[in-house]
Amino acid sequence: MNAPIMTINNLKMYFPVQKSKGKPVYVKAVDGVDLTIHKGEIMGLVGESGSGKSTLAYTVMGMYKPTGGQIIFQGRDISMSSDKRPLSLKKDLQIVFQDPGSSLNPSHNIRQILELPLRVHKIVKREEMERKIAQILQMVELSPNYMYKSPASMGGGERQMVSIARALATDPTFIILDEPTSALDVSIQAKIINMLLKLQQEKQLTYLFITHDLSLMRNIATRVAIMYLGKICEMADTVEFFRNPLHPYTRMLLSSIPVVSEEEEALKPEKVISTGEIPSPVNVPPGCSFHLRCPEKTELCFREDPVMLEVSPGHLVRCHAYQKTAGVHVA
Amino acid sequence: MSNPVLEIKNLHVWYRTYGGYSRVLDGVNLHVHKGEKVGLVGEAGCGKTTTMRSVLRILPEGQAHIPEGQILYHGNDILKMKPRELQQVRTRGISMIFQEPAAALNPVFTVGTQMFDVIKYSGLSKEESRKDNIKRLAIQAIKEVYIPDPERILNCYPNQLSGGMKQRICIAMAIVTPRELLIADEPGTSLDVTIQDQVHRLLRGLVEKKGMSLIMITHSLGVARELTDRIYVMYAGNIVEVARTSDLFANPLHPYTLGLLSSVPKLTGGGVAEGIYGRIPDYLRPPGGCRFHPRCPRAVRRCREEKPLLKDLGGHQVACFQV
Ligand SMILES: Nc1ncnc2c1ncn2[C@@H]1O[C@H](COP(=O)(O)OP(=O)(O)OP(=O)(O)O)[C@@H](O)[C@H]1O
Ligand SMILES: Nc1ncnc2c1ncn2[C@@H]1O[C@H](COP(=O)(O)OP(=O)(O)O)[C@@H](O)[C@H]1O
Ligand code: SF4
Ligand code: SF4
Ligand SMILES: [Mg+2]
Ligand SMILES: [Mg+2]
Repeated sequence: MNAPIMTINNLKMYFPVQKSKGKPVYVKAVDGVDLTIHKGEIMGLVGESGSGKSTLAYTVMGMYKPTGGQIIFQGRDISMSSDKRPLSLKKDLQIVFQDPGSSLNPSHNIRQILELPLRVHKIVKREEMERKIAQILQMVELSPNYMYKSPASMGGGERQMVSIARALATDPTFIILDEPTSALDVSIQAKIINMLLKLQQEKQLTYLFITHDLSLMRNIATRVAIMYLGKICEMADTVEFFRNPLHPYTRMLLSSIPVVSEEEEALKPEKVISTGEIPSPVNVPPGCSFHLRCPEKTELCFREDPVMLEVSPGHLVRCHAYQKTAGVHVA
Repeated sequence: MSNPVLEIKNLHVWYRTYGGYSRVLDGVNLHVHKGEKVGLVGEAGCGKTTTMRSVLRILPEGQAHIPEGQILYHGNDILKMKPRELQQVRTRGISMIFQEPAAALNPVFTVGTQMFDVIKYSGLSKEESRKDNIKRLAIQAIKEVYIPDPERILNCYPNQLSGGMKQRICIAMAIVTPRELLIADEPGTSLDVTIQDQVHRLLRGLVEKKGMSLIMITHSLGVARELTDRIYVMYAGNIVEVARTSDLFANPLHPYTLGLLSSVPKLTGGGVAEGIYGRIPDYLRPPGGCRFHPRCPRAVRRCREEKPLLKDLGGHQVACFQV
């Protein structure tokens, strides 16, 4: 495996929401995440709505100052907020946002949108701007005459191509893709994914790929991590992950996926009937936060939050059922 | 076989826009039998919602225009019904669940108020519409969608419920008084997979228990595979393939269905397919002949000139010259 490009240690991002009886109440959107991403890999981060995926992404991007923990990127601590980060670091770290519609300024044309990062990072001289923008558009397979179109006049797929082009403009080493295709049809998703894979190969990029689509991750990720209520509950190499899913939540997720063939059906874990609601992150249940929905809970799960355990090389799971001696760890 | 509950015949729907008529539906045929679960599958903008809104005549007034077609409910054309008859169909015959549960519930009234209204206007007898009976029916319906504590839920405002609960309340409202046909427009699309799975299982269970017919609208072939007996595949306002669900997945025939199926990422792995070239047409100037021809890998000259009609190949129907 390649060297780490990013190491996230015990990262926490809490948002104050209201006061109850004088005490502030927090949404623990990200609550103690450890994650190492290696150079050149596609790390898949999967979770349901509100699990904290985007918050993790925005914190890594420096859009929030973390409540606690550390982010090391290319050997440097970047746990500060974005305005305090060196410009050269910002150039290397880019993001493609969840919603292709609202992340592009509607009053700008595509040329203006792509010009901005090129100017901020002084990538090209003024007279070379046009040629450079045409070249960036070409990377995402859009013709140069898109330069004078507005985002509103384009389809969702093309808008997302422009967002990707904008992220590529500064020639980054690491791109966070926050659900880049969730809002799109599968036939368009397929095209964008192929393009992203090609770019990753050509430019030796590292991706943190955020999604709620496990089937998609099966096909493109090198490793997969599952997030539930601000915490990672299972992580493994993709092949191992799908061959041997361990965490009860992972199994529930996998068995809930609608598939299109018998061969796929056979790969799903035995039906774990999904029950219960995803709790609000303001009111995270005590003990293991999944216990309200877990078919395998024991009495211990109500009291104690399990710690992450490496059950086989590279396969980590946070569940009491896999702790060899229950109760040795302190909550 | 018995007569269908609902039969859509050669339906054309256009929208008036500032650029002219947007010709969305281009001769849709679809029917559902009693107790049958039918899927209508296609990508965003292909006309699924437009088709189903025509059935209940809830297309945007003044914008939509129906130049041709019939929608027969037990043989009577809904498009020609007088307001009273139409009201009967809406309150006793067909109910609909919408894509966005949030938008279907009024934020300023409690769940109870909204459910009681639905029951009151469903044409109950005087005896049946006593206040305590209405409440009893509402509570029973909430229990049927597996929401605990129905009394409390009746006093809740929609914003006090999660997305999954809201969608379950919408289902409860659609089944609270007996109906023959339920039309569900992407009821799980705005929900998480585990919650979507719960809602779908619930929907299927209720439809089967009550002997209702179901039209399930979805963009997901996987969802249609799990929930339906028969599937209509729609592309750009045309039905391009119709088959029993098992036949469709065992032997997909239309080039669009094939493209769609190969674009779905599989749990078996093997990478991601190329997708389908191009995008859905502009309905102001839809392509002539087969509407899929600009994107079709198998198109020949004839496809540009002539519109392929559905051909029956032993119960499996396809609209394509090359099949
Ligand atoms: N700025 C903020 N202030 C307060 N709460 C926030 C803020 N940003 C996010 N949250 C809360 O943190 C939790 C995690 O949100 P986040 O957007 O990270 O989830 P997500 O996993 O990206 O979900 P989705 O799949 O819906 O995009 C949610 O409960 C959200 O409401
Ligand atoms: N009120 C309207 N005015 C103009 N065009 C509309 C209107 N409603 C829908 N359309 C268009 O009709 C087409 C089909 O839409 P719709 O039936 O909602 O598709 P689906 O439900 O399959 O996604 C789309 O191109 C859409 O933009
Ligand atoms: S720790 Fe207990 S409740 Fe949590 S996932 Fe494991 S068995 Fe279930
Ligand atoms: S009729 Fe022609 S263009 Fe249409 S789907 Fe068949 S081969 Fe393709
Ligand atoms: Mg998000
Ligand atoms: Mg729709």
